[in-house]
Amino acid sequence: MKTEKNIKEIRRMIARHKRWDLIFLVTGIFALMIAVLTFVALFAQMVIDGMPRLTWDFFISFPSRHPESAGILSAWVGTTLVMLVTAFSAVPLGIGAGIYLEEYAAKNIFTEIIEINVTNLAGVPSIIYGLLALGLFVYQLGFGQSILAAGLALALLILPIVIVATREAIRSIPVTIREGAYALGATKWQTVSDHILPYSSAGILTGVIIGLARAIGETAPIITIGALTFIAFLPPSPVKSEFPFISFEWLEAPFTVMPIQMFNWVSRPEEEFQFNAAAAGLILVVMTLTMNGLAIYLRYRMRKNIKW
Amino acid sequence: MQNQLIPNAETIQYKSEVKGLSFYYGEFHALNNIDMVLHDKQITALIGPSGCGKSTFLRCFNRMHDLYPGNQYEGDIILHPDDVNILSENVDPIEVRMRISMVFQKPNPFPKSIYENVAYGLRVRGVKQRAILDEKVETALSNAALWDEVKDRLHKLAFNLSGGQQQRLCIARALATDPEILLFDEPTSALDPIATASIEELIADLKSKVTILIVTHNMQQAARVSDYTAYMYLGELIEFNETDTIFIKPNNKQTEDYITGRFG
Amino acid sequence: MAVGSRTKLKHPGKLGYSFTRHLRERFIELLLFLAALFSVGITIAIVVMLVKESLIFFQHVSIWEFLTGTQWTPLFDDAKYGILPLLSGTLVSSMVALLVAIPLGTIIAIYLSEFAPFSVREVAKPFLELLGGVPTIVYGYFALLFVTPILQIIFPELPGFNLLSAGLVMGIMIIPYVSSLTEDAMRAVPMNLREGSYAMGATRLQTAVRVVMPAAFSGIAAAYILGISRAVGETMVVAIAAGMQPNFTWNPMEPAATITAYIVQVSLGDLPHGSVGYQTIFAAGLTLLLLTLVFNIIGHLLRKYYREIY
Repeated sequence: MKTEKNIKEIRRMIARHKRWDLIFLVTGIFALMIAVLTFVALFAQMVIDGMPRLTWDFFISFPSRHPESAGILSAWVGTTLVMLVTAFSAVPLGIGAGIYLEEYAAKNIFTEIIEINVTNLAGVPSIIYGLLALGLFVYQLGFGQSILAAGLALALLILPIVIVATREAIRSIPVTIREGAYALGATKWQTVSDHILPYSSAGILTGVIIGLARAIGETAPIITIGALTFIAFLPPSPVKSEFPFISFEWLEAPFTVMPIQMFNWVSRPEEEFQFNAAAAGLILVVMTLTMNGLAIYLRYRMRKNIKW
Repeated sequence: MQNQLIPNAETIQYKSEVKGLSFYYGEFHALNNIDMVLHDKQITALIGPSGCGKSTFLRCFNRMHDLYPGNQYEGDIILHPDDVNILSENVDPIEVRMRISMVFQKPNPFPKSIYENVAYGLRVRGVKQRAILDEKVETALSNAALWDEVKDRLHKLAFNLSGGQQQRLCIARALATDPEILLFDEPTSALDPIATASIEELIADLKSKVTILIVTHNMQQAARVSDYTAYMYLGELIEFNETDTIFIKPNNKQTEDYITGRFG
Repeated sequence: MAVGSRTKLKHPGKLGYSFTRHLRERFIELLLFLAALFSVGITIAIVVMLVKESLIFFQHVSIWEFLTGTQWTPLFDDAKYGILPLLSGTLVSSMVALLVAIPLGTIIAIYLSEFAPFSVREVAKPFLELLGGVPTIVYGYFALLFVTPILQIIFPELPGFNLLSAGLVMGIMIIPYVSSLTEDAMRAVPMNLREGSYAMGATRLQTAVRVVMPAAFSGIAAAYILGISRAVGETMVVAIAAGMQPNFTWNPMEPAATITAYIVQVSLGDLPHGSVGYQTIFAAGLTLLLLTLVFNIIGHLLRKYYREIY
């Protein structure tokens, strides 16, 4: 039985422990605030410096020696085309690999190697992908410093993201769905294509969007493959007026992308160019935030709607 | 017809008195106006069908419900001998938990060594002296009938023990801090029959040291180990009496139906 | 078949084996397998490419000079190929970043996992995720034009390019990675362990530090290792804010190039394919890859052995 004194002592001790709880609580909120305020400062800096430059002309002008007439036309067209290449190569490959690992792969050492490999690839610094693309795509395969080389480099970079997202989405589908399909006489591929893929599509889409958002902002690998930074022309149009109406010449064209254009302006000594950099940065931030926000929203809705 | 057994004797023989206890999970009214007592150094069992609120009731005793938002108590649980209402806003749930220990349904050893598991409650209380820790750990493990089995591997990870050993370790962990009441929440439901028997034996032995409240959905277990039994149904206490009376000659028709298996 | 339906469905006449169906299934499986195998191909290609070019490089430069030289001037006439200046720049900026990211990330994770009410967590988690999605070049701009000027108010002698500013911003940038993985690991710890601790009279902080964190150790270690890899491999922030001049220093207040910044610097110029200068970036890249590999292996071992020691 506790004596009076004992209880007092325990109370004092609890009070002391709780004080630490409180101190930590304040520290936690403070730490979170540091992250929040940094972001606010970053965004505010971009808006203050870049907003005045955000006119219609900025979007439809080529880069120029004169900061006030320079624009991002070639950059956003380049970014769009590079993303097209990235999406078309990373998405089928990533989804295919994800399906294989989740639905087909036997539990053996070989599968394990592939799995460890995917995890490790996700941790490889992006500039290393740039070096790979420089050696392999630019020189070995002779793609040159083209949209194709850049798009493929970024595709390799985001492949692990797509694979992991696909696997997670597939894994969340209960085994009863598969058994239900098999019980009706479906083959493995029918089960996958009629059930597994459609039911996991929202999750996969989330991963694809996050991956592309990452690719849009990537600068280092594109610099490494030696992308030119002063491009005052557009790549050839993919649509032609005569037969066969579609052309792939643009794949081999030199290009610039948004982050490269921004980097180019940041490295200029003249202050006016910094405002251009801020404007380009603002667009870049808004683009990536919108994409990531969309992915987060999709995931949120998915979690709310689907209860297996 | 309930609570025939709150006699006129002096309250000092009670370890705890429950008065008009109601409990709400948000909107859901989980316990309704319960009156009961815990006799000092006796074993009281809570029985009843699943969802009757017996675990909810048990977890009121150490304020576990405070961990989750939206829960609300009404009424009193008086802890003797100092006559405090442990549900009062002014009483710190941490202090309550230091005096009333709990053993859970599934063994939940911490990812630490056997020794550190048992010493955890003492460390939380700021005990640092090795000698005190050593002594308390040995006593608690002995009282939990585990000392002989683990004394050579005190510093091995607790996860390597069998299910029954893990549960006895959790009992030792709860005992190490000399609690006044020990709560058991279906302590054998995750164990095999042999481990169950040894835990039951242990609980019976602990009676001399500590007041025990045990939730079980195994009626035979209640009959075997407890001195008093409370039958609960849909958040109400239907009948509370000496275990023999409950099982041999219950006063309430509902209790009788449940005991004899005519229920549901 | 529904009762009363007159439509007769076709059934296979006798149970047998459909060769074409089997072939199609196998073909699809093969395609999917090749997709998975492709990821291994990437790794092999990375290693082959880096090693191949590095081997040519090491025919010109001895490994000993590379590893112990304190000057890195491959683009000068009097070229020196000592990686130490790049290594010191990388390690100093990473150190500063990790001193920010690991404590803050861990504190945020503990706060979100064990302390914060549901509503705060619901808002803070996606917000941190968004923070992690901001392009690194934007952080670089922010370090150069916002953080450095502020730091210069505190340290007037701080040069415009410095490792400190780059490291600090990199640290903030890495916080979301550390905090989100750490928090995931902590939330994966089953509730009954926490209840066991609370039932002993432990406070939230005691439960978090003494029970939840040890239980989540392997996940937390993975989070830290990812943070380290990010810091070591980060390129644009350091290239913009720390300058591109190799400088053998351990002082974060000085400008210095990291391995990654050097690769950027070379890529910005036009070194001919096949020259020694061209090969240096592959040797530098190989060093970087090995560095991240070392951290990954340490993390792996830590995770494997920690539990037994405990």
